[in-house]
Amino acid sequence: MASEARPAPLAHHFDDYDQQRESATLGMWLFLAQEVMFFGGLFLAYTVYRWKYPAFFALGSNQLDVPLGLANTIVLIGSSLTMVLAVRAAQLGKARQIAGWIGATMALGTGFLVVKGFEYHHKWVHHLIPGAGFHIEGTTDPAAQTFFVLYFCMTGLHALHMIVGLGLLAFLVPKALRGDFSAENHNWVEGVGLYWHFVDVIWIFLFPLLYLLGRHHA
Amino acid sequence: MSTVHVTPVRTYLLVFFALMALTFLTVGVAHVNIAHHLPGQVTDAINDAVAMAIAVTKATLVVLFFMHVWHSARLNKIVVWASLFFILILFAFSLADYFSRGWLGVPGK
Repeated sequence: MASEARPAPLAHHFDDYDQQRESATLGMWLFLAQEVMFFGGLFLAYTVYRWKYPAFFALGSNQLDVPLGLANTIVLIGSSLTMVLAVRAAQLGKARQIAGWIGATMALGTGFLVVKGFEYHHKWVHHLIPGAGFHIEGTTDPAAQTFFVLYFCMTGLHALHMIVGLGLLAFLVPKALRGDFSAENHNWVEGVGLYWHFVDVIWIFLFPLLYLLGRHHA
Repeated sequence: MSTVHVTPVRTYLLVFFALMALTFLTVGVAHVNIAHHLPGQVTDAINDAVAMAIAVTKATLVVLFFMHVWHSARLNKIVVWASLFFILILFAFSLADYFSRGWLGVPGK
């Protein structure tokens, strides 16, 4: 235990480590409640426009690549598993394991973004970016772009959250290896873990709403 | 001294495999026109209802186990419920407006 370099201390305004940890977790949950509303606006826009243009949404959805979306879903849920194992290692105060599982989480998260990049490129090549150059088989109505506006806004905001998450994870690796996290104080790992899982939850809803909605008509 | 709950790895693996199974289930069922396989007049939206039921189940598993809400302090559970309550307000009031437009045959109503 003495070899653990310099575990984060108990801040003077907390009675004990339990109170400190519960305060940190509560703060993170309040932040995530705000994030729910942040994404909620986009999910609401999706609902309203899908109700207004059901056929265009089915048409747009069928342009997306289900195998790639499925692969990314598996990768992201896998990264949630590695993330929770990092948090577990932190609860047990195992510095090298924390770093290892965080590294695995980062690898999976990066893989997700790479696949997303290929998907975006495919949309670009096939003129599915909303704007003057937009073209889709089956209709010339500009309202058909609505699905792709929401597709790029929702997956884009989600990808932005993943990039922030990867930055936070990269920040934690040297801290973990230095022995900054202990069984008593690993609030950073717990907090970033909650954020990462939240991003996973958003994708769990995005995948069926964007990729699968019109498949039973195809 | 610390009273943090450490979940067994086996629990996390079980949750992971349940999430995988539900992911494949939602992809499989999305290719089936469920309304065609049910008796009587069933709305096409049944596919969406099934997809959302699976997504909510998956999200619940992540929140309860990966996000430790199952073993969390009561105050955290209240925040989780509160976030769902506010999203409900956002949807209920906004959709009550959008879905009822045109009902009165008056411009803007």
